[in-house]
Amino acid sequence: MKIINYISVIAIPIIIVLVIIFGIADKKKIYDIFVDGVKEGMEIVIKLFPTLLGIFLAVGALRSSGILDIITVLLSGITSKIGFPSEVLPLAMLRPISGSASLAIATDIMKTYGVDSKIGLIASTIMGSTETTFYTIAVYTSAIGVKKIRFVLVAALLADLVGMITSAIIWNII
Amino acid sequence: MLNTIWPFFIIISFIFAIFTGNMSNLNNSIFTSCTDAVELTIQLFGTMCLWNGLMKIVQETTLMKKLTKFIEPIMKFLFPKMKKEDKEYKEITINIIANLLGIGNAATPLGLKAMKTMQEKNTKKDTLTDNMAMFIVLNTASLQIIPSTVIAVRTSLNSSAPTKIIFAVWIVTIVADLTGIIATKILMKRY
Repeated sequence: MKIINYISVIAIPIIIVLVIIFGIADKKKIYDIFVDGVKEGMEIVIKLFPTLLGIFLAVGALRSSGILDIITVLLSGITSKIGFPSEVLPLAMLRPISGSASLAIATDIMKTYGVDSKIGLIASTIMGSTETTFYTIAVYTSAIGVKKIRFVLVAALLADLVGMITSAIIWNII
Repeated sequence: MLNTIWPFFIIISFIFAIFTGNMSNLNNSIFTSCTDAVELTIQLFGTMCLWNGLMKIVQETTLMKKLTKFIEPIMKFLFPKMKKEDKEYKEITINIIANLLGIGNAATPLGLKAMKTMQEKNTKKDTLTDNMAMFIVLNTASLQIIPSTVIAVRTSLNSSAPTKIIFAVWIVTIVADLTGIIATKILMKRY
């Protein structure tokens, strides 16, 4: 457990140092390149804002009106059997559809139930280890005009499902 | 999709709030949602920009080429029929590395290029090839090593250990990706 914690703490500093050392070895103007990259990052975050606002509004309405509580209670009977907290279900359902929308929901879940609580940790893990399946398939197939996607959606959703259940299992064990 | 869900959520919340008497809660939540969105955006700003800057260095240095060699055995397993000299081989490799590093906006254009190259060799133009199917499934699975966005969100919510999830994310990523890859390998022979 101590080693795992240490790896979690040291992973990012190590990557930063390695990247910088490689940059120096290449004799590149790494500070200029870094600043350029930061500028691009600003655009990404600014483009994210409209979706965040839209989803926060909708999820906020669902929560404050009391609907979300009722749905959560109704579904908890099914999901609790496999140790999957029903509070995380909205995230599980939206995650394959929209990246920024699921980020907004994940944030809402962490905020409501505690970022370091079991529910918050499961939501974080799902968010960090899955992708927007439907969106990706749509973009990649429509770019080349392919209509018959064979088994791709099945395989991709199966991977998502297994990933989400594994996230819950891990934090139930630890 | 969100064009249908979004208005539905808001209208149904309004109706529900009338019957449950939660209207003042709903009214308040409209304004807190706006401040929440602004706060999250501001707090994401620093971490997301930092990561983007670092990954720009990776893209512009020979580190990219070194990583290409590193994933060679994985490529051989995923695309056994593909030759190293093929144009799509290189494009797929760079797409995978961009995904590993979490530079999604660099990964997608490259991925689409690889799809187009593969489509040129495709004999049935309206159907995905085995290689295309594997490639798309890989892109629908997360390959990201450092979940920088989630860490940024966790930091913004004052987590006592924002990076605590890294190890769990690695395990889940491996389990989910293997599921997708194995399912693809099995299904491509039958369907």
